[in-house]
Amino acid sequence: MRFILVLIPALVLAQIHVPYQRIRDAHKEPGNWLTYSGNYTGQRYSLLDQIHTGNVGRLRVAWVHQADELDAFETSPVVVDGVMFITEPPNLVKALSTRTGRTLWTYRKDIPKDLRLCCGKVNRGVAVLDDAVYYASLDAHLIALDARSGRLRWEVTMADYKTGHSSTGAPLAVKDKIITGMAGGEFGVRGFIDAYDAKTGKQAWRFWTIPAAGEPGNDTWQGNSWKTGSATTWVTGVYDPESNTLYWGTGNPGPDWNGDVRKGDNLYSDTLLALDPDTGQKKWHFQYTPHDEHDWDSTQTPILIDAVLQGQPRKIVALANRNGFYYALDRQTGRFVGGRPYIKQTWSSGLDEAGRPMRLPNTAPSVEGTLVWPSLGGGSNWYSSTYSPQTSLYYVNVKEKAGVYHKGEAEYKAGAFFNGGGQQEYKGEEGYGAVRALEPGSGALRWEHRLHSPSHAGLMSTAGGLVFGSNGSSFFAIDAKDGKPLWDFQAGGGIIANPITYMSEGKQYVVIAGGHALFVFGLD
Amino acid sequence: MRKAAFLLLAGVVFGADEPAKIKLPTRRDDLARGEKLFGAYCALCHGTKGGGGRGPILATPKLKRAPDDAALVKVVEDGIQGTEMPGAWHMTPREIRQVSAFVRGLGRVPDKPVPGDIARGSQLYQAKGGCAACHTVQGKGGLMGPDLTSAGLRRSAAFLREAILNPEAELPDRFLQVRVVPHQGSPITGIRLGEDSFTIQVRDFSDNLHSFWKRDLKDIHKDHGRSPMPAYKDKFSDAELTDLVAYLASLREEK
Repeated sequence: MRFILVLIPALVLAQIHVPYQRIRDAHKEPGNWLTYSGNYTGQRYSLLDQIHTGNVGRLRVAWVHQADELDAFETSPVVVDGVMFITEPPNLVKALSTRTGRTLWTYRKDIPKDLRLCCGKVNRGVAVLDDAVYYASLDAHLIALDARSGRLRWEVTMADYKTGHSSTGAPLAVKDKIITGMAGGEFGVRGFIDAYDAKTGKQAWRFWTIPAAGEPGNDTWQGNSWKTGSATTWVTGVYDPESNTLYWGTGNPGPDWNGDVRKGDNLYSDTLLALDPDTGQKKWHFQYTPHDEHDWDSTQTPILIDAVLQGQPRKIVALANRNGFYYALDRQTGRFVGGRPYIKQTWSSGLDEAGRPMRLPNTAPSVEGTLVWPSLGGGSNWYSSTYSPQTSLYYVNVKEKAGVYHKGEAEYKAGAFFNGGGQQEYKGEEGYGAVRALEPGSGALRWEHRLHSPSHAGLMSTAGGLVFGSNGSSFFAIDAKDGKPLWDFQAGGGIIANPITYMSEGKQYVVIAGGHALFVFGLD
Repeated sequence: MRKAAFLLLAGVVFGADEPAKIKLPTRRDDLARGEKLFGAYCALCHGTKGGGGRGPILATPKLKRAPDDAALVKVVEDGIQGTEMPGAWHMTPREIRQVSAFVRGLGRVPDKPVPGDIARGSQLYQAKGGCAACHTVQGKGGLMGPDLTSAGLRRSAAFLREAILNPEAELPDRFLQVRVVPHQGSPITGIRLGEDSFTIQVRDFSDNLHSFWKRDLKDIHKDHGRSPMPAYKDKFSDAELTDLVAYLASLREEK
């Protein structure tokens, strides 16, 4: 008996092989979840429909995986042929059996004691390509592991953690390369997106998100401020195989809340970059928040949508931005197609014809504090929005909340915080949350499902007519048509993660990390 | 950056200076800047003049956790683990010294005792006031109101006096009186202990605990700004009030 128990996972693992073509065609095998967002579109939409509006009320816990250490658990699992790959605090990668939930292997990388992070020992997942698992570790190393054993194949240092660099996002496998972003936007780093040869770990290209002196765009920074301007890339981007374009968002300019020392638009902070994944060359860029002084990163995973707008087919890339505005861009040219606020915002009178926000006076941080909607956390944040081709709606988990923004000193010292101020809670009004369904071309609100508190967790839609999401410590399902609540589960700890779904032995499961555990649900 | 939920949990340690070298600024502009920073980041919990609130009183000659300037700077820099006091990750070293200097200035007040008879105040608390029906001191008493075991550490005598006279002037943090009406069964009035999108938890006025699915409720009424505590304006004489405040101000046990 014992012999058999050992053999089964070994046999399952031997089958792990995910060539690029499988990820490109991920929609053909919805039983797996092959990349961070499920497929390259960023839609986080599953074609699985075994769990649907009629039976979701019967969803029960199938198994639970407890994390080894207590820190924020943000993983978005990747599932390949019976094996689930997750990342876990403080700096772990694990392979779990989807059948039993038991751990097949664990990879642990020790964290340097002097590592400085803005926001906890978090990580959002891995990439899988061929027979390897790729992990961007907290200390800004990219690591390739054998998918069958978790043994190290190669490891490269992307940047020195001592200068405030780190990594928290899941890499993206595109063709023969592993593409990854980095974090450290509160430490005055200079942001980049890197590509590495998947087999050898040799760097293929680096795109600096802030142009160097003499390069186009460098004149959007005052003096040498570009050298410490942040614009990090800490959430996974998306890829359009048809046009061979990589789309990746960038974060806040540094210092966060004091723009006096970096006058100008500060390209390419808070920007969507369209890059050639073979060369790292820029195709176009669209800056959502020029000269941001509120820390409204635009790193959220954008969504590629083949929409029909005014009766015409239109390929767009959509994003409900942390700054409170929804944007639809033409994904070939980066031109603004449509957009509007999707939450209460008080810093802009709207978007002009090119999609540039028209900033209102007296909304910048001040020493005494400036009250602005939205709060530091934004209208939404790094967690996933979702698009359902079934309903043609874009769903976002929103925060309705204000913040009081303070300006402070900005003094750069390598490896130390470089913020120039901060944000305090606004006590005058209780914040709340909602799942909002938006029309993809304009961001017009179709309906909302109101939530008690501002959420900090992602959404997923399915062909079962469902949207899964979280609020506080509750995981729930609502009807994708009208937001009607259909099912909920008390996870017993705050949920700050994105859901996924997969099939195992003919049965659909839904997964969410909540508190310090990973919950897997199936129909009873 | 992503922050939001983890902002206060970052617990980042700045490069600490040698304690012996700490010298807080004394120039007027530094203190003015320290006051502004205090207003921005500290007053929310410690009160605008350091009179206390969610955090302890700072307008006192001796700070238990910060007996000297080096310790004070360290508390501001690093926060206090295991408490709600966060580290000042957003301030530069100079700003930390400026705000520390301002805090030290708040403590330059005479260390005079609160007037009144503590023993008599204690009797009034137990008997005439009936305070123990709703408040706990050192593990004894009711659960409806805030625990007063360390009231003297957290609130000034002036604040305590005002709270007795006019309880609804400033309610405790996150304190909310609610009335929930189930589809079946009697309505429950009490204090909200917790709430999320799907449930609400209430302690009723007899200290019974309730937790409801919202789908089982007909109505949830929230009495924002209301307190079940009666105003004691006409109940106590001025002298009695002074004694009661003296007693409450003497409650200084760290929880």
